[in-house]
Amino acid sequence: MLELYDTALSSRLLLGTARYPSPAVLTAAVRAARAQVVTVSLRRESAGERAGQGFWSLVRELGVRVLPNTAGCHSVKEAVTTAHMAREVFATPWIKLEVIGEDDTLQPDVFGLTEAAGILCAEGFQVFPYTTEDLVVAERLLEAGCRVLMPWGAPIGSGRGLNNLYGLRALRAHFPAVPLIIDAGLGVPSHAAQALELGFDAVLINTAVAQARDPVQMAAAFAQAVEAGAAACAAGPIEARDLASPSTPVIGTAFRG
Amino acid sequence: MRIQVNGSWREVPSAALAAALNDLGYGDALVTTALNGEFVASEARVRTLLADGDRLEILAPMQGG
Repeated sequence: MLELYDTALSSRLLLGTARYPSPAVLTAAVRAARAQVVTVSLRRESAGERAGQGFWSLVRELGVRVLPNTAGCHSVKEAVTTAHMAREVFATPWIKLEVIGEDDTLQPDVFGLTEAAGILCAEGFQVFPYTTEDLVVAERLLEAGCRVLMPWGAPIGSGRGLNNLYGLRALRAHFPAVPLIIDAGLGVPSHAAQALELGFDAVLINTAVAQARDPVQMAAAFAQAVEAGAAACAAGPIEARDLASPSTPVIGTAFRG
Repeated sequence: MRIQVNGSWREVPSAALAAALNDLGYGDALVTTALNGEFVASEARVRTLLADGDRLEILAPMQGG
């Protein structure tokens, strides 16, 4: 069971709602992923099209929790204002806090992130900071009041998997009791399984599912991978070694001596 | 008065934000607003007055990752 800010969840796969070929495919993908949390955002609404109204009815029908993000924010001020707006519209204290520092990699601005996290936590938000694997930044975010961290696997939408295995393992080892969700950069289900095998609590997937040839089938595949990874972690994987270790007992081997 | 609505200049007859949203056609839509970069809660829209040159953001739920 995964616990995020005192909310118990049985699914360890969080799903983004962007970039699907159609609303119907999004709905089917959320179901196939067995996701209990989906990420959503805020954008300028046109009075004529009212695209946001239709999207919001669709999400409400899914019956899942929403985790609003501050995607696209490049400053503390923008992120904090967006968080306030999200809390009003989505009626949740949860906020996936993104403060982007660099456009090529969409790398978090960790200085702005920690400052915004401090402001929002003090105001009663339950902050899910999109961060790097940096241990010192993680410590600062926890000091600011965050009780969940969302380190990146790789740049958003890159599909590269876990880019810095050493750094992520160190983060997991250093904060054994903090829920850690790998957010961004995963491309295929084996990346998700690997994250869970390493002891990460959950993964957040968007592009890898939404942009797959068959998003619904890919959502189901990620769900299986996440379950397999979590089960493997609970089962205690063996340590990798450089040389062979015979699996068949050597005592009593014929033709020897 | 002329204000910027979601980045475009618009003529708005009403001074109060709540009435201006009606003027602009948002009526009962689920939206959230910021005026000159500051969040304005829905309950404060009635008493929030617009001025020439103000920048109004009107946001709604959208797909996100």
